[in-house]
Amino acid sequence: MADLYTVNKSPFEKNSLESVIKFSTPGSAVLLIEDGVYGATKGTTAESMITAASDIKFYVLASDLKARGISGDRIIDGIESIDYAGFVDLAVANDKVQAWL
Amino acid sequence: MSDIKKFMYLNRRAPYGTIYAWESLEVVLIAAAFDQEVSLMFADDGVYQLVKGGDTSDSDMKNFMPTYRTLGDYGVRHMYVDQASLDARGLTTDDLIQVEWEDWETEEEVDNIVEAVDTDKVSELLAESEVVFSF
Repeated sequence: MADLYTVNKSPFEKNSLESVIKFSTPGSAVLLIEDGVYGATKGTTAESMITAASDIKFYVLASDLKARGISGDRIIDGIESIDYAGFVDLAVANDKVQAWL
Repeated sequence: MSDIKKFMYLNRRAPYGTIYAWESLEVVLIAAAFDQEVSLMFADDGVYQLVKGGDTSDSDMKNFMPTYRTLGDYGVRHMYVDQASLDARGLTTDDLIQVEWEDWETEEEVDNIVEAVDTDKVSELLAESEVVFSF
């Protein structure tokens, strides 16, 4: 069974995203929220961390992207944008939710 | 106050996730009352503070981006952005807001005081500042 991990820190300021990718088991889901959404953008020095982690499904919270002026076309291919209801659905669908701060 | 000093506000944090960006903005606005030479520097995740098009209506947070556009009216003469920090984040100056400035006495106008500078220039600007506030 799989777990849902949330990351709420910018990948340029903390290594939370790097750590969750390193320690998560295959089939896990990672949801980028708050400043974590910067990790979902294309063309950054952090992009390859996500594109290389093919056994993890990535999600990003749409309202946090919107607040920061990041449009949908800037998001790395394969990352799914979800709303708050989608966040709840993910929490229910996974065995547990763990935050990487 | 007769002595005019060079003040630099160094912003290195993304907006919203922490309180730093908002606190910096508050201090800049307060300091505007004191007729000093005020510049702002945006580096590292601080460059995200100037990204245009943010809309916090779905996030239950105050959108303070419009306040940056008024800084020219508060005596801020320069808003520098570290080009290397933009590059690392896949951003260009086209992604950033523009801030107008006008000297009400001389009527001198500048269309946009937001300026991308290279690393050496960032170092130089920080070194020549007499007071640096770090956020």
